[in-house]
Formats: sequence, C-alpha cells, structure tokens
Amino acid sequence: MVIRMRDPFATLLGLQRAMDDAKRSDWFGIRTTGRGAFPPVNVFEQGEDFAVVAELPGVKKEDLDIQVKGATLRIRGRKAIDYGEKVSVHRRERAAGEFDRVVTLPAQIDSSKVKAEYRDGVLTLRLPRAESEKPRSVAIS
Amino acid sequence: MTDNEVALQEKKELEPAEERTQAGKFYVPHTDIYETQDAVVVTMEVPGVDRSAIDIRLDKEVLTITANIESRQYEDLRPIYTEYNIGNFVRSFNVSTKIASDAITASVADGVLTVLLPKAAEAVARRIEIH
Repeated sequence: MVIRMRDPFATLLGLQRAMDDAKRSDWFGIRTTGRGAFPPVNVFEQGEDFAVVAELPGVKKEDLDIQVKGATLRIRGRKAIDYGEKVSVHRRERAAGEFDRVVTLPAQIDSSKVKAEYRDGVLTLRLPRAESEKPRSVAIS
Repeated sequence: MTDNEVALQEKKELEPAEERTQAGKFYVPHTDIYETQDAVVVTMEVPGVDRSAIDIRLDKEVLTITANIESRQYEDLRPIYTEYNIGNFVRSFNVSTKIASDAITASVADGVLTVLLPKAAEAVARRIEIH
C-alpha cells in the first residue's frame, strides 16, 4: 500500500477555503433562499450603518409596527386578505395572519435616527450605528 | 403566539421549459384566483416591483404576467445575513372562461397586483325564468 503525502499546507488551506465558502452569503447566488420566520429579512451593512429589508406584500402601512431598542429590531403587524362576498375561490396560495419578529443586529442602534420606508410591499429600514459603537482609530504616540 | 400567524412561504423558483434571453432569476409569485358573478380576479404578490415594470398580456386564452424587479437600491449594500433572494416574477394561466379582453383592469397596492378579468357577455350565467 502506498500512502502518498500531499503538501499539508495545501490540505489545510483547502479546508479553510471550504469553511469560508460555507459561511459566505448566498445573496444573488444559485440557491433559492427561504428560511426563518415571516417576514423573511435581509440584513445589509452600509458603511458603518445597517439596513434591513423585508418583503411584506399585502401588508398595509398602517398595520405595521416597528420598534428599535438597543441592538434589537421588532417588526410586528397583520396581513389581511379580503376576497369579498359571493365569490368562489379557484386557487389560494397567499397566506394571511399576524406576525411578530425580532431581529438582533451586530451593534447598538441609534434609535432616534432610524429611517423606515415602505414601498411596493418592501420595507426598508436604515439603522445607524450608535455613536458609542463606532470604531475609533487610535493614534500611535 | 396566535393561531393565525403568517407562515413563511418559500419563494418558488421558476423552472423554465426553455432558456430565457434575459439574465437573472425568475420566481413564481404566490397567487390567489377567485371568481365573482361577473369577473375572474387574479391577485398576485409581487413585492419590490414598480407599477411601470408589470406587463399583463392575454393572448387567446393564456394570461401571462411578467413583473420585473428593481435591484438598484441594493447596489451600495453589503449583505451580512440573508433569508430570501430577489428576482423577477413571471407566471401564466390558462383562462377557460370567456373574457371581455377590452375591459380588463389592473391595480397595484403594497406589492400586490390585482387583475380583474370581466367575463364576456356570453359567459355570464343567465337565470332562466319559468313561465
């Protein structure tokens, strides 16, 4: 039996690369994503600040309640579907009901500066990092 | 937790019969179809689509709805945690009822497209009086 030894560093680097790939985000990737609870959220980083985007088709603006405290964000609301009276339903795929979701962000948020925009069924929240959480550069004396 | 909590619905990616000329992802939008006395109503979830980017066609008996997503808002954002992907929406239906194609109306509100297909005069059920 012949055991051929490969360069150990190449093996290690290969493993490290595979682990890095697994951690990498699938945004715009090949897989169909759909995990977690309703509403599904995408969290982005924009410079020092964060942006949270959620798809909420069929939810009215006034039925949405957004709260920010510390590093947590809460999105709460109700989705209603009204078919009207005297109808026969042929196909029913859309889901309706209540939702309440809490998302923890990687840093404290300045809740007074949070901006929310709701357009075409997509909620976009801009969450600025709190002043105390901002990275400071240290001068070498 | 309430009984009527919204369940997460996975976005279904379209598996096209032939390849598309347009690059990008295509999803099958969640759709409700119901019939009233004088119309067939199609409601479709198309979040993130501007009203100008929706194309509705009725060719013979096939209703095709295409909705193109606007992805420009994501350009300067770096994803750190993702749960869903975005893409264009496309879906077609065979409409068996005769439709008055000139009278079709559509509206969009909060990412939900509603298409009203009024039944043609000959398709509306008539009540027959007994003398």
